[in-house]
Amino acid sequence: MSTDAWEAVIGIEIHAQLLTRTKMFCGCALSFGDPPNTHTCPVCLAHPGALPVVNREAIRLAIVAGHALGCEIAERSVFARKNYFYPDLPKAYQISQYDQPICGPGRFRFLTEDGAKTLGITRAHLEEDAAKLIHLGGEGRRANAEGSVVDFNRGGTPLLEIVTEPELHNGADAAAFLKQLRQTLVHLRITDGSMEQGSLRADANISVRPAGSTGLGTKTELKNMNSFTFLERGIAAEIKRQIAILDVGGTITQETLHYEPATGQITSLRSKEEAHDYRYFPEPDLEPVVPDRAWVEELRAGLPELPIDRRERWIRDYGLTFEDAEVLSEPTELGDYFERVAMDAPPKSAANWVRGELRAQLRERGQEPWGSAVPPEALASLIGMVESRTISMPSAKAVLAHLVEHGGDPVRVVDDLGLKPTHDESALAGIVDTLFADNPVQAQQLREGKDKLVGFFVGQAMKVTGGTADPSQISQLVRERAAGDPAS
Amino acid sequence: MALTDLTAEQSIAAIAAGRTSSEELVTAHLARAEHDDWNNFLAVDRDAALARAREIDAMPQRPPLAGVPVAIKDALSTRDLTTTAGSRILEGFRPIYTATCVARLEAAGAVVIGKTNMDEFAMGSSCENSAYGPSLNPWDTARVPGGSSGGSASAVAARQAPWSLGSDTGGSIRQPAALCGIVGMKPTYGAISRYGLIAFASSLDQVGPFARTVRDAVLLLQPMVGRDPMDATSLEWPEPIVLPTAERLDGVRVGVIEELMGEGIEPGVRAACRAALDRVESLGGTLVPIGLPHARYGLATYYLIAPAECSANLARFDGIRYGRRAEGPDDLLEHYERTRGEGFGPEVKRRIMLGTFALSAGYYDAYYAQAQRVRTLIVQDFAAAFAEVDVVASPTSPTVAFRLGERTADPLSMYLSDVCTIPVSLAGLPSLSIPCGLSDGLPVGLQLAGPAFSENRLFEIAHALEGVIGFDPSPPGVAT
Repeated sequence: MSTDAWEAVIGIEIHAQLLTRTKMFCGCALSFGDPPNTHTCPVCLAHPGALPVVNREAIRLAIVAGHALGCEIAERSVFARKNYFYPDLPKAYQISQYDQPICGPGRFRFLTEDGAKTLGITRAHLEEDAAKLIHLGGEGRRANAEGSVVDFNRGGTPLLEIVTEPELHNGADAAAFLKQLRQTLVHLRITDGSMEQGSLRADANISVRPAGSTGLGTKTELKNMNSFTFLERGIAAEIKRQIAILDVGGTITQETLHYEPATGQITSLRSKEEAHDYRYFPEPDLEPVVPDRAWVEELRAGLPELPIDRRERWIRDYGLTFEDAEVLSEPTELGDYFERVAMDAPPKSAANWVRGELRAQLRERGQEPWGSAVPPEALASLIGMVESRTISMPSAKAVLAHLVEHGGDPVRVVDDLGLKPTHDESALAGIVDTLFADNPVQAQQLREGKDKLVGFFVGQAMKVTGGTADPSQISQLVRERAAGDPAS
Repeated sequence: MALTDLTAEQSIAAIAAGRTSSEELVTAHLARAEHDDWNNFLAVDRDAALARAREIDAMPQRPPLAGVPVAIKDALSTRDLTTTAGSRILEGFRPIYTATCVARLEAAGAVVIGKTNMDEFAMGSSCENSAYGPSLNPWDTARVPGGSSGGSASAVAARQAPWSLGSDTGGSIRQPAALCGIVGMKPTYGAISRYGLIAFASSLDQVGPFARTVRDAVLLLQPMVGRDPMDATSLEWPEPIVLPTAERLDGVRVGVIEELMGEGIEPGVRAACRAALDRVESLGGTLVPIGLPHARYGLATYYLIAPAECSANLARFDGIRYGRRAEGPDDLLEHYERTRGEGFGPEVKRRIMLGTFALSAGYYDAYYAQAQRVRTLIVQDFAAAFAEVDVVASPTSPTVAFRLGERTADPLSMYLSDVCTIPVSLAGLPSLSIPCGLSDGLPVGLQLAGPAFSENRLFEIAHALEGVIGFDPSPPGVAT
């Protein structure tokens, strides 16, 4: 009832599995979908006497991510043990970072339909993922399970945890931020970003305060939002729930909540009283991470153009819409493909063709533009023929269909298919004359202003030319003929 | 002279000269290890040891340690060979991998004959905390061998092995070496990989050798030292470890730690150490009184840091992947409570609780963080001392071997056994104990410690002193 009287304050925590070859602290390969417990060793099974060793590639990815997040890269960061018992945590402590994370404060820009916005990054730190607990029977929930088994393949996968400042105010911006963040991390090959498979996971810390005040209300932590839509909806639902409580003078309980996407239900996982004391302390088995500063700078300098910069450049220089830019920017390969087309063809047309006809035709074959039989140069050449009216749009689509199936040079395909354009003006004018003569009733109605009949004559002309004519050119000729011949 | 009376160095020479073989040496020691009057062995690996001995005997080019047998503390992981760390919770546990230091010894030609008794998870100073009963002191079987590496020390004194491996967290090599009248050495923290050493307190744990001579200890140390990619805290070693030859101590300055030569040290121990130190001057060295003002906080500091680390290190023993598991519980919490409640002994539980408390929210700064600050002060005390002297010296243990049961009822009196060794451990320094005489017929150990990486210097000094002290490491009642 009084949504305007309240303001929501939201911060996001993201866990991203890193695309390293091996685990965070041992040499076991990362894997998805392999038989259980086939990627394990004394270290990731926490056998007596085994010790962790830091994966240097994970450090590199964290630093690259830190640069992309606008973070300070710590001169010295420290791993710490986070202690708690659970069967999916074989050491009964998770090696994480606590008071000295690898990436310090930063600021991240993300694009929304209202333009670019920024969100403060509190920190980003490295840690290891837990193993996978599988509950047998009882619908897969621990409470009713007949038994539980553990697959340690995932245990020890490197994670980057990114924590934002509580500066967001609605679910839509949270989703826009997460999209941009995901796109950036995927673009930099830091994570594969799959939210369904859980390689990118987001939790939201949500509180509500009276509009205009600066303090923070009691927050809840909302978990399990494994898509952008669910993140947006979950946050909206939780804000609504909190406001409903506050409106009637109630108080918010600090707790961890579970969002159930199927039902939109929010249920409590645990309250603050049940919260663990993790007894963090510096991990004595690992040296502090003190990255060489020259290396840190080298990684900063080596950063490619970030997706947001690319999208802004397309909008600014190519005249694309926000939506064009968003659609074409992901995945990175699509953006790369588009850019190569746009080098040799008008960018706006290139955008339309790539996201429209090309993807539509390829989708039926389960293909993507990159790696298809249509290299960007061929598409650009085809677009060029359309733009110069060398061939008609229907011909172009037919040529594309041929290219998709067989590949080849579009100019030659046009020849081979006999799609030699019929846009000799006098020839087309002759065809129009004939059509007017053959269809006197329609010709008369057109002259009397029944404009719909332009389409009829264009269709007839296309039939006669076997689709090679340019429909817009014919419709112009039809109109001229109708206007220039009022009497007969 | 029996084969079991030979030092390792003598054994290597005898093998090289063709006077004996690895198989003969291993057989002789296996016989003594299996006829174990001191409860020193938790596992004897007869078949594998003999097979390996024959294999080495057949080699055209013998490896440096030539097939000499070695006993390994049960805290070190040995593939397929039962490894319990003296705990019920690992009863019958057969590891899937071998500790780096053991693998390096084997590659150098040592033959593992078995695993030695210890205080459970290396927590204790008498070996009485072993779940498998205490080891006994060969000098007097009514007395403890010290701990936690009691079995390793006793086995070398009792001629069951010419040398052995122990681990030292607060004195667990040096103190039992002192009580058993042998040499025990803890190298610089990081000298030997800890990969495969079942962790007690990670920032303090170090593996090291027991032997009956300083040169034997050096020979056993040599192959183990150096960087291991599996242990991030292991160090590239700056120079080769060399066999000591010094007979004189000209120009050597030995600092005598005043705080550890007075109150709290048994008069007989003090006297034996004084007498040994007086020999320094006879060899051309000088004695310098040295103060370590923060050493007296060592024990309190240690008993915050070590339990804190152990509370996390021992959390992995949950009965889920390996080791003992309580039968019955359906509930997860009950599973943890019963498995760990039944599997751990009282001293281990005490330290886990101490450490858990010290790390708890609201107490961390007052206990764990404060202890780390004091640790830094102790490190600085030693640094200041080494600006003036080459090594520092003190008794290794404030007393000679005490009677079984004498201190079990009073944990604090047991903790005081390590009052001399703990400050050195906190500073991560290389240190050894050499036997320096008897008090009431029981061995007394002299502790020497030097700056990080000063192993070679330390060995030269210890070797020269050992020569002039002339201690006979033969326990009277032990038939050979």
